[in-house]
Amino acid sequence: MLQKTTNIFVAGVGGQGILKFSNLLCEVAMRAGLDVKKSEIHGMAQRGGSVTTHVRFGKKVYSPLIPQGSADFMVSMEHLEAVRHIAFLNPEHGRLIYDPYEIAPPEVYTAQREYPADIEERLAKFAPNRVAVPAFENALKVKNPRAQNVIMLGTLSEFLSFDDALYEEVIRDGFKPKYVDSNIAAFHLGKEFASP
Amino acid sequence: MSNTSNKKFLSGDEAVAQGAWEAGCHIAAAYPGTPSTEILEAVVTYSDIYCEWSTNEKVAYEVALGASMAGARALYASKHVGLNVAADPFFSSAYIGSHGGLVVITADDPSMHSSQNEQDNRYYGIAAKVPVLCPSDSQECKDFTKLAFDISERFNIPVIVRLTTRTSHANGVVTCEDRRSVPIKGYEKKIQKNLILPAFARKLHASLEERMLALKEFSETTDINRIEEGEESVGIIADGVAYTYAREAYPDAWFLKLGMSHPLPEKLVRELASRVKKIFIVEENDPIIETAVKAMGVDCIGKEKVPRVLELNPDRLRKAFFDEETAPLDVGDVPARPPALCPGCTHRPVFAILARLKPIITGDIGCYTLGALPPLNAMDTCVDMGASITVAHGIRKALDLVQDEKQKNRKIVAVIGDSTFFHSGLTGLANVVYNSSPITVIIMDNRITAMTGHQQHPGTGKTLMGADAVEIDPAEVARALGVKYVKVVDPYDYAATKEVLTEAINLDEPAVVITKRACPLYDRSMWKKPYWINEDECNGCKICIQIGCPAISFKAEEKKAYITPVLCTGCSICAQICPKGAIHASEDN
Ligand SMILES: Cc1ncc(C[n+]2csc(CCOP(=O)(O)OP(=O)(O)O)c2C)c(N)n1
Repeated sequence: MLQKTTNIFVAGVGGQGILKFSNLLCEVAMRAGLDVKKSEIHGMAQRGGSVTTHVRFGKKVYSPLIPQGSADFMVSMEHLEAVRHIAFLNPEHGRLIYDPYEIAPPEVYTAQREYPADIEERLAKFAPNRVAVPAFENALKVKNPRAQNVIMLGTLSEFLSFDDALYEEVIRDGFKPKYVDSNIAAFHLGKEFASP
Repeated sequence: MSNTSNKKFLSGDEAVAQGAWEAGCHIAAAYPGTPSTEILEAVVTYSDIYCEWSTNEKVAYEVALGASMAGARALYASKHVGLNVAADPFFSSAYIGSHGGLVVITADDPSMHSSQNEQDNRYYGIAAKVPVLCPSDSQECKDFTKLAFDISERFNIPVIVRLTTRTSHANGVVTCEDRRSVPIKGYEKKIQKNLILPAFARKLHASLEERMLALKEFSETTDINRIEEGEESVGIIADGVAYTYAREAYPDAWFLKLGMSHPLPEKLVRELASRVKKIFIVEENDPIIETAVKAMGVDCIGKEKVPRVLELNPDRLRKAFFDEETAPLDVGDVPARPPALCPGCTHRPVFAILARLKPIITGDIGCYTLGALPPLNAMDTCVDMGASITVAHGIRKALDLVQDEKQKNRKIVAVIGDSTFFHSGLTGLANVVYNSSPITVIIMDNRITAMTGHQQHPGTGKTLMGADAVEIDPAEVARALGVKYVKVVDPYDYAATKEVLTEAINLDEPAVVITKRACPLYDRSMWKKPYWINEDECNGCKICIQIGCPAISFKAEEKKAYITPVLCTGCSICAQICPKGAIHASEDN
């Protein structure tokens, strides 16, 4: 099927389920018969630092890292983190899928500076193609505060060509039974955010 | 096609474990360290391998070597700097060789994503005369680990498999096979081999040189070193993950892909040189292959184009090959988001107290190193595991000799984590007692190895394989080593902790204070409902902000502090230090 490699850059803050998001996505691509590579920096993931993963799939993938300006998609679970890594997004066709949810970095919560107020303007400049997904907010609504990542996966899925059944299968295999239903619901909720 | 059950999506670390299992490995020993930790965490899922968290890397290495002497297939794993700790037995083991296969996994960290340096452990292969395998992805992590056991037994030598962060923590599709059943050969007394007295060692060194010559021949013929034909008259010699970047950056080049970079297959290098006009050497960090190729008199381009500092990637290589630079994007000012002590961290109150007492604080390695960051700024030094106690002793001895009264009277406190204390704090503490210096050692006992993701250690009462174990008590250890002043406090009791620390620091003898409470991420049972700040009582003094808790922020317009409920663990430290009593527990706690 896909000849060209698809590059997806995932960003957020430690604790937001970025690694889980990437694992689910990779599993879907692998079960669809593609070669898949993923690279992540998670040494400090639990301590609230920036976390990123590179996900790549296609017929044959060599490098586990996405070159600058070549991500077809960037998924960011936090507002500022979207700006931080935006150079990875393909400036022509790349699409940013982001949660405008804001988590204060240390300089902000220690009252040394304010959280930047102009993030939307910067995103408008660097990512004209973008979809805002209020995933965190809605995760609280579906009573699974940790489902932010799966909501975002639902949104992303609308732009990829894998069957929903495959995502559902991977979600079913990827969570403890008591969390499966709420995550499948979160996945479908996410799909609704793809078209404004 | 790939959803058959023998294909798995594995990280390089998991693939090493799978490879060890398939190779019939019997024993695995390690001390945690990013990015190698997940190797043993994966090994423990295979019930037919005995595995353990050893107290430190030297211990782990000797455990693996002992198992090899008994004829078992044994695996050692650590991060790059771990092999420094294990260097002494590692060098000797090259002389001794293997009985059962002995495989040494070192996970290097170019770019220092979570390390204090980016040393290149391929040098260990050269220095100790041991072959080095460099896998480029997860499939090779598995295959090379298996091959390493065979090489080790065939050539009577330990074998290094060098991973880097981008192989350890990168996932790829791996074809898995069954476990080979390899019998443990059993122990035989052989002092000429296993007891390196000088008389025996002289012979062993000569034999080691011969073994390396045989390995050089192997390196020429093994299929993990191979020439891949290209379209253009440019050749690239690459090892490890750098090969995958180069493949992507220069798809039309010829390649000499090195799966075994030491000993170098010189004939293959010459063959490549005869096919192309220009050769690039692509290797992360130091010019090890490059130096060897240049010594052969073969012209090549290396570190003058390919960066030596920080990890490589396809962008950096495109620049090296074609002078094509991807212009950096100016996205404006983005506040940094470094890791920080978590809400509820048991280390925070200790640093908040030390920040007020202002001693010289020698630090160590673990989550608590983050106490060095603002706003706490409560650490002066960090060198390597165990160095808090020994460096403090050295500073004390030097300041004792100084005339200046102010310097002489400085108090010195060493802070060390519980896992680090068992790793390499014991010998330092014995030295403090033996060569008597009145320093205070704070053992920050959060009941687990937190930094690397909550591994058990000798103080926790559990082993890696889940068995109950003797729970070694650091207080008893300190007393047994001869420390008279040993006190245990709960760091969530701010006043009591402050009192004990103040007393200890002002003593004229070695003191040990153990701040004991479990890491709140490890034991969530102690979490309480979020605290809240009564805005009418808050006067905006920011004392609570000064402890750097991610759950507390400050509203600039109102000049009031505020607690984010989803982040607060209810540790109550902010409430204990608020001079206005404005911070309150939730009613329904
Ligand atoms: C020689 C060496 N081995 C391993 C590591 C990786 N490492 C860094 S800190 C740490 C353990 C810290 O545990 P502990 O002392 O209990 O402190 P905590 O993180 O729990 O606060 C480890 C294993 C290292 N930096 N150096």
